Amino acid sequence: MANSAAGTGAGTDAVLVEHLRVVRGGRDVLPDLSVRVPVGQVVGLLGPSGGGKSTLMRAVVGVQQVESGTVTVLGESAGSPALRHRVGYVTQSPSVYADLTVRQNLGYFARVLGAPADSVDRCIDAVDLRSHADSLVGRLSGGQRSRVSLAAALVGDPELLVLDEPTVGLDPVLRRDLWDLFRRLAHDEGRTLLVSSHVMDEATRCDRLLLLRDGEILSDSTLPELLDRTGAPDAEQAFLALVDEATSAGGRP
Amino acid sequence: MNPRITLATAARILRQLRTDHRTIAMMLVVPCVLIGLLAWIFDGTPVFDRIGAALLGVFPFVVMFIVTSVATLRERTSGTLERLLTTPLGKGDFMLGYALAFGAMAVVQALAATGFAVWVCDLDIAGPAWLLVVVAVLDALLGTALGLLVSGFASTEFQAVQFMPALVLPQFLLCGLLVARESLPSVLSAISDVLPLSYAVDAMRTIATDPEPLGEVASDIGIIAGAIVLALALGSLTLRRRTP
Repeated sequence: MANSAAGTGAGTDAVLVEHLRVVRGGRDVLPDLSVRVPVGQVVGLLGPSGGGKSTLMRAVVGVQQVESGTVTVLGESAGSPALRHRVGYVTQSPSVYADLTVRQNLGYFARVLGAPADSVDRCIDAVDLRSHADSLVGRLSGGQRSRVSLAAALVGDPELLVLDEPTVGLDPVLRRDLWDLFRRLAHDEGRTLLVSSHVMDEATRCDRLLLLRDGEILSDSTLPELLDRTGAPDAEQAFLALVDEATSAGGRP
Repeated sequence: MNPRITLATAARILRQLRTDHRTIAMMLVVPCVLIGLLAWIFDGTPVFDRIGAALLGVFPFVVMFIVTSVATLRERTSGTLERLLTTPLGKGDFMLGYALAFGAMAVVQALAATGFAVWVCDLDIAGPAWLLVVVAVLDALLGTALGLLVSGFASTEFQAVQFMPALVLPQFLLCGLLVARESLPSVLSAISDVLPLSYAVDAMRTIATDPEPLGEVASDIGIIAGAIVLALALGSLTLRRRTP
């Protein structure tokens, strides 16, 4: 499962966003955003819902119409055909076929992505759904469905995984297991993960944190750096401190 | 486009259909019931022989239109289409995958409906019955292609379902089934000339009455095939990798 990191080289950026502007429904969702995601790390994209997290992720996978700015992913322009084998995208709501079994879903995505047949079973194991492999996805619980959706992105052996709120609605044990999986995918297999969440306590599981609010990056650092800078005891307090700082600095309310 | 992905997509759609026994049963049984009902209503009159063949072309068109427009709308709203468009799948793979899957379904449906009409309801046709099946399958493909096209303009399933009366019923009224196309007011006759279903009904009529229909039917088949390709091409334009 590891043809990753090759070709991009350590120390470079998996994602480089420069002066990205996105307008949705007449509103500047991302007015002018620049950010980078280093190769081989789990980068958490945190912040309140409606802050532009999903929009930024959509821009990275190249399904978002952008007004201006550039998004470079693994050295190519975001959304370019060369990237379609290399980037895995998991949307917030599970995007798999409810009227197919887990195995049939993954089998289809594996064939579309040109992945070997054994990748299906490996990915079913990776998300711990072996006992449900032949159940219809529509009969699974919400948490199980989102794991099928994640597995459908893993079958393609992507170098970059973009995961939009993958742990929402999951119980604590499953959340821990998934974060362990994310860290394995990055640290053992050399992949890069961009994971969004609005649960601040998941910050402790990320290598780097991007705090996004109202379309602006409030902070881009590791958690210890963030706590150091704000003097806050945890990510949530740090975030609130940054919001207050931005507000009093004459920023947007 | 890539044949592996196109075929995988068609196989996936058929697999989805297979889990839905009720839809399959309705696709096969409803046309037979309607044809049987028609034969019964017009029992002892020449009407069934006059319009029965034409209806064999209309039913697959209507059924496939509805099924396809709802199925593709579901792909759009569930996010599976957006996910697929971030993969190597081409727009043509998606369109042709649907056409192949529902085309295969249409073959079975056309065989059942034509067999029932000819053997059970004693529909008299002068030409070869296999040609009825060929035209019925093309009509089904036309329904699929138009369904794919209009699903791009529907944002809810309510809207998608209403495209049936909006786009299919006018074609049904003008296709020559109710009033011969030559007898329509000239404006309507001209409109009828550009609607693909008119050629489907013409072809079925010819097969029903002409013992050597192939020459005349070939031009109708050409026009229907052209309309299928056009609708698929326009439909693929509604598949956008980047959305607002």
